[in-house]
Amino acid sequence: MDNIFDFAVVTGWFDQLLNGVMPMWLVTLIECLLVAVGLILVYALLALFYIYYERKFCGAIQCRLGPNRVGPMGLLQSFADMFKMLIKELIPINNIDKFLFNLAPYLVVAASLTAFAVLPWGKGLQIIDFNIGIFFLISVSSIGVLGILLAGWSSNNKFTLIGAMRSGAQMISYELSIGLSIMTMVMLAGTMNITGICEQQQDLWFIFKGHVPAIIAFIVYMIAGTAETNRGPFDLPEAESELTAGYHTEYSGLHFGYFYLAEYLNMFIVAGVATLLFFGGWMPLHIPGLEGFNAVMDYIPSPVWFVGKAILLSAIIMWFKWTFPRLRIDQLLAFEWKYLLPINLVNLIIMLLVVAFGWYF
Amino acid sequence: MADIKDIILGVCPQVTFEDNEVLTAVVPDADWHAVAAAIHNAGYRWLTALIGEDFGDALGCVYYFTSTVDNSKISAKVTTTDRENPMIHSVSDLWKDALLEEREVFDFFGIKFINHPDMRRLYLRNDWVGYPLRKDYDENPEINPVRLFHEAIDDTTTVYEEKDGKVVERKADVFTADEYVVNIGPQHPATHGVLRFRTSLDGEEIKKIDLVCGYIHRGIEKLSEKLTYPQSTHFFDRMDYFSALPNEHCLCACVEKALGIEVPRRAQVIRVLVDELSRIASHLLFFGTYCMDLGATTALFYGLRERETILDILEETCGARMSFNYDVVGGVREDLHPNFVKRVKDFIPQMRKGLKEYHTLVSGNVIFRNRLVGVGMLTKDDAISYGVAGPSGRASGWHCDVRKVNPYSIYSELDFDEVIMEGCDSFDRYMVRMKEIEQSLKIIEQLIDNIPEGDFVAKVPKIIKLPVGHWYQEVEACRGAFGVYIDSRGEKTPYRMKVNGTCLRLAGIVDHITRGEKIADLITIGGSLDYVVPEIDR
Amino acid sequence: MEVKIKGMKKEDFNDNEYLDNLVEELKANGQNVVVGKLDQLINWGRSNSLWPLTFATSCCGIEFICLGAARYDMARFGFEVARSSPRQADFMMVAGTIVHRMAPVFRRLYEQLAEPKYVIAVGGCAISGGPFRKSYHVVKGIDTIVPVDVYIPGCPPRPEAMFYGLMQLQRKVKVERFFGGVNRKKTREDFFRENPEIAKEEHVQE
Repeated sequence: MDNIFDFAVVTGWFDQLLNGVMPMWLVTLIECLLVAVGLILVYALLALFYIYYERKFCGAIQCRLGPNRVGPMGLLQSFADMFKMLIKELIPINNIDKFLFNLAPYLVVAASLTAFAVLPWGKGLQIIDFNIGIFFLISVSSIGVLGILLAGWSSNNKFTLIGAMRSGAQMISYELSIGLSIMTMVMLAGTMNITGICEQQQDLWFIFKGHVPAIIAFIVYMIAGTAETNRGPFDLPEAESELTAGYHTEYSGLHFGYFYLAEYLNMFIVAGVATLLFFGGWMPLHIPGLEGFNAVMDYIPSPVWFVGKAILLSAIIMWFKWTFPRLRIDQLLAFEWKYLLPINLVNLIIMLLVVAFGWYF
Repeated sequence: MADIKDIILGVCPQVTFEDNEVLTAVVPDADWHAVAAAIHNAGYRWLTALIGEDFGDALGCVYYFTSTVDNSKISAKVTTTDRENPMIHSVSDLWKDALLEEREVFDFFGIKFINHPDMRRLYLRNDWVGYPLRKDYDENPEINPVRLFHEAIDDTTTVYEEKDGKVVERKADVFTADEYVVNIGPQHPATHGVLRFRTSLDGEEIKKIDLVCGYIHRGIEKLSEKLTYPQSTHFFDRMDYFSALPNEHCLCACVEKALGIEVPRRAQVIRVLVDELSRIASHLLFFGTYCMDLGATTALFYGLRERETILDILEETCGARMSFNYDVVGGVREDLHPNFVKRVKDFIPQMRKGLKEYHTLVSGNVIFRNRLVGVGMLTKDDAISYGVAGPSGRASGWHCDVRKVNPYSIYSELDFDEVIMEGCDSFDRYMVRMKEIEQSLKIIEQLIDNIPEGDFVAKVPKIIKLPVGHWYQEVEACRGAFGVYIDSRGEKTPYRMKVNGTCLRLAGIVDHITRGEKIADLITIGGSLDYVVPEIDR
Repeated sequence: MEVKIKGMKKEDFNDNEYLDNLVEELKANGQNVVVGKLDQLINWGRSNSLWPLTFATSCCGIEFICLGAARYDMARFGFEVARSSPRQADFMMVAGTIVHRMAPVFRRLYEQLAEPKYVIAVGGCAISGGPFRKSYHVVKGIDTIVPVDVYIPGCPPRPEAMFYGLMQLQRKVKVERFFGGVNRKKTREDFFRENPEIAKEEHVQE
């Protein structure tokens, strides 16, 4: 544990350095700006990586090669897409609510960016660390549905409207499952503080520590998380074969690019939260008893652990998408309200018992 | 045959009979509906073909009926000499597939059907001038130029009703003003081409669907009238491009029947082999696109993987991947490629393995079953009344495989099962096709080691002229019964050639079986019917 | 300035004169170095990220599906992101016959594509009407309705031919100029002036 490099040392040193030469308000301003720029950069790069990752991954599942002609192994493919998207025409559309239409993609991106910001990237590498961290995360991530609803409504198109309404119903339902499964794990951790949750898993990750209820919570969380990101088999809001492109049918150019980015980033966020709650966040793999092994693991920087785990977990979400057929809207809602929610509630009680009697490892 | 003659004469003594390949009753229009009802009651529940024709001195329709009791056929002919305002009584209340077929006749010949509930054009724009399949149609492109503005959406239709012996024109609504109508198609990923459904919705539930076709209507029937028989075979590749070979087989068989040509045994075997291979390829593509419609994109790639092998085999022999133009009158164009037998033998185990994989990946999937089981119920009576012969009809328990009920070529000697399922829903329609792949493999296995030596094409005259008369030939194409009607006046070109596929009927039934289902089920049901739009529109 | 496609030599392509002429035309006006580099970057992005509209009317569309499948795999070029909404697509593979009834729909789809947009006519039917040229209901070549960038003959063309056509399109995109040119060449008003009947339609007037 002590071997893990604490990034707070770097940030603290930088803060003191600035404080030494300029007034307090300027320091805060500069730091905020730096954080914002860094965040947007990481956000964009990660999204580009994810687009490439998904295309390669789905290629592998479908016995194909995937992009391999743009740059070495096709690595520059998503950059080419980005350049094109940036200068693609934004089509002005008649008979729409122009303000809401233009606001919607920014809302979606803002929501995912805010949620992105509170993720624990590494030890001491967090933008804000407050006592209701995980609660803040799920609350901001649900702003995204507002953007989707607005997009569908303001486009003045029957397909987008149906897509948006589906999306609204779906997100609100599955938010319950996400919330409850997170609550189950919070009960085990005893704190909502993100760093706190990470440090609780120093000896053993929660999925092992909480055994049966934790595994159930993990499965429920992954299902609900897939539904939250609007990805297959829950991609009804943009069901291609039914609604052409769903809620973003009328968006072109950069505005569509925002939806596209947000979709991939939401996948990362869902996987990131799963990492945090079940797989120790930035905490390296520790096996009780093997001191030497644990020490070696500690030398791998904590951001690598976090991002690596999140990427592996998102592979599961992609696997879902490329394997399963899509559900129908009534089946989708019945699945949530009739199965996931009761399971979740029972699981919460099991976890309560486990925590109360100390039956965890 | 005698008794149906008596039944008809009992209803209307003025009926005269012609002896063609099937018994043809020439019925005066005034008694047509009564005679039709008698034919319907006598067990002829399947209106196999409804052919409009311009006879020169008169306009009229030729009907072919198939009995669901003993699979016998009879035909009827109704004409009218009025060219300005031709009218014939509708039989759409007896056979539901006449609903669309009669609209087609109205579109092409301008014959108005009395008591038909919806007399609008089917294929052509509603501002189209003239009736193209009439012999006196003016093809001048200035009359009907390419119009780049959209046709007016008309939610009213015309009905010609008979009241006290007089025909009255009446307007009726297709959709009322307060309905929420969503336009699905013509450019929509799930319609498998350019088909358009105007769908009235109540929330997510479908209230009514208005089918609009003609977005790929290429006028093949009119074009065939100007071309000789060998020249028009290539159109049959491009109509239902998945079952190109069975379709060509149908045309060639029809011409051979008219000429009385005996096709050499080797050619027969080759034809059956390639027909069955293309049936497998077609069902594989059905499997793939259907799964893609349901959101399981990966299955498409697995289905196409096996399909590519078939295309390779066919390409070696026929020289093309899709539009083969392989069957000719009297046999086939080229002999089999030397590799054919070996590659087909390699393919059979590969396909069996693939099928197993599909069933593990898709058929057993809970989501997949939930989406399909019990969705889009089509009862046996409806299937017959709407004429959906083929895999879709067989999933409703209707014995309608032409290879069994009315065998052609060498199918009567082969050992295979007609796949019949009783579930009537989308899942059974899917399973029927998957099981048909197995049956096709069985047929191929029987034949592949027993290809007889000999000619692959019979001796046919250089210039093919059919004698005067008309013929109707049916085969089992990949989507169901596929028929060709040829009326010859002794020329080297047909006087009228009608292509009678199942796809129009499949599309026609969508409205009937989607009512009350969810909008997502429209995709499920439409996909399970597996229509190919260029065959609907021709 | 040379137009390069990975793994292909210039001699592998036909119609090189056409492309050379385009390059000459571009060079003739001269160009700022910085802007030129930026242009190259943009063209690199555009040519490698051509997203097709899922649009097919008949047999050629099936070969287009085969193009995406494992044997041919257009994902290698980055073409596989087929968008169902024309607003998000870059080019349109017109795979199949366009008939009179489809013509206005097709034209509208073309207008809905966001600039820069390209059209590829695939197969005999789209190029000239093909075997159905003499029909009363078939448009004799889609270039009478919309401007076409690349023609891919065949009935239907083999997937290899489609790749060749797509690479030709890439070459064409690579000699474009973003700066100094106008992104959308035609305004809405121009369009309606040319097509007075469309301007009269209900949905336009709303």
